[in-house]
Amino acid sequence: MAVLIIADHDNAALSDATAKTVTAAQAFGGEIDVLVAGECAADVAAEAAKLTGVRKVLHADGVVYKKQLAEAMEALIVPLMDGYDALFAPATTMGKNVTPRIAAKLDVMQISDIIEIKDSATFVRPIYAGNAIMTVSSSDAKKVVTVRGTAFAAAGSDGSAAIETVSASDAPLKSSFVSEEVVKSDRPELTAAKSVVSGGRALGSEDEFQRLIVPLADKLGAAVGASRAAVDAGYAPNDYQVGQTGKIVAPELYVAVGISGAIQHLAGMKDSKIIVAINKDDEAPIFQVADYGLVADLFSAVPELTEAL
Amino acid sequence: MKVLVPVKRVIDYNVKVRVKSDKTGVDLANVKMSMNPFDEISVEEAVRMKEAGTVSEIVVVSIGPQQAQETIRTALAMGADRGILVKTDEMVEPLGVAKILAKIVAEETPDLVILGKQAIDDDSNQTGQMLGAILDWPQGTFASEVKVDGGQFHVTREVDGGLQTVALDGPAIVTVDLRLNEPRYASLPNIMKAKKKPVDTKAPEDYGVDIAPRLSVLEVSEPAVREAGEKVEDVATLVSKLKTAGAI
Repeated sequence: MAVLIIADHDNAALSDATAKTVTAAQAFGGEIDVLVAGECAADVAAEAAKLTGVRKVLHADGVVYKKQLAEAMEALIVPLMDGYDALFAPATTMGKNVTPRIAAKLDVMQISDIIEIKDSATFVRPIYAGNAIMTVSSSDAKKVVTVRGTAFAAAGSDGSAAIETVSASDAPLKSSFVSEEVVKSDRPELTAAKSVVSGGRALGSEDEFQRLIVPLADKLGAAVGASRAAVDAGYAPNDYQVGQTGKIVAPELYVAVGISGAIQHLAGMKDSKIIVAINKDDEAPIFQVADYGLVADLFSAVPELTEAL
Repeated sequence: MKVLVPVKRVIDYNVKVRVKSDKTGVDLANVKMSMNPFDEISVEEAVRMKEAGTVSEIVVVSIGPQQAQETIRTALAMGADRGILVKTDEMVEPLGVAKILAKIVAEETPDLVILGKQAIDDDSNQTGQMLGAILDWPQGTFASEVKVDGGQFHVTREVDGGLQTVALDGPAIVTVDLRLNEPRYASLPNIMKAKKKPVDTKAPEDYGVDIAPRLSVLEVSEPAVREAGEKVEDVATLVSKLKTAGAI
């Protein structure tokens, strides 16, 4: 048996989610190859070659792979799948965008966002925003799977796999990259951070979000997250959203500030090791999952906490 | 320009789902059902395009039981023109849905298919992308902005690092994210008018595609319940508790 993993990266570094997907593939079994498709991404390929348990790295280099757009990735990967029994990808926006196209081309029903592998045909995944957990068995000859990073530890980096070049596909494409707005930050990436501080609607404005949440996150060396309500209100950018349809996080410490705790938000953070909630509403549902709840006005409690750390 | 909007009938997003005691699934009896919230956003976007004069006709499709016609009527009340109900009491997986939709696209020849990025019941996030692959159409997933520019679509996507804009040569697939728009509530006169709009009823067999499920559900169970911890008096107590727990 052999598994192909699609590496998630930004042409400079491999995402942590990729190393976690390698661990999931190990639970599936068989030889593991990692495909690094990018532009000038040789460093990423070298990094992937070090992942523990990887047999070889397939490296495709071309301008069409710079942003890993779905159609280009589909044209590259579908022919490669002749040699594999399964395709794994992290359930990042890249994985979610690309893998269903390949599954459809292979006539396979994809299994999204798995959190456990029982055997080579049986997978466990959350449904209904994590309010139910489903175990499914696939009858498809090949498996196409996306992996929820918080459910698997990252693979180590003591490997030394060979790197093989695969030629870029020259299939004509009907989509192209135009532009992007990416916030460069020194902070840890939200889904990989050891601590996360998230702000909610109770902050009341983008200014207050910046004034209160950011210094606390700085003190903790934490990533910054937000509830959907805070993102919708424009207090924080979209890529900060934690929840069912945003990012799924499970840090050592999750601090929820002014977040009531809708089920859609809880779906994105309830596997965190320690949850702290600061909210002035004693009845807020967030307190039902919090290890430490502080019923207080966040505008005084947060600066006090930042000061005390 | 003609737009096709697939919509799904799901448990209302405010309902707390309950797993059946025999672990075969989620209890759907006597539970409020609504249009998948992401699909409401896609209907709204299509209606806005029509109001802006770029779209001439909006066709809504739902694959599901007879009651899915209510979901189609909701979309018609929001401003869609006609509906197609592909009636089945079987659970159709995203791959099967995409295959049926591909056949409908062949008959209807829309310039754009716009649909929710995921349904809030199975959280699969697959149908739009699968349809794109079957049709060999380009896709703009997780859209927070859609601009029509001649035969091209400029789609701004919510991605992990921020926002990304792609250009798609039409016809194309767009799957929508939460911040694309805020769906309207249908007015009473529009709800009345929607009752007179045409809805065709079809069966999966009419499209001649194999929709037999590929996945068998072995078990649906409750997630592990997280116990509530303790309330702390003040910030100083919180800091000392976190220190003791080794969290800071």
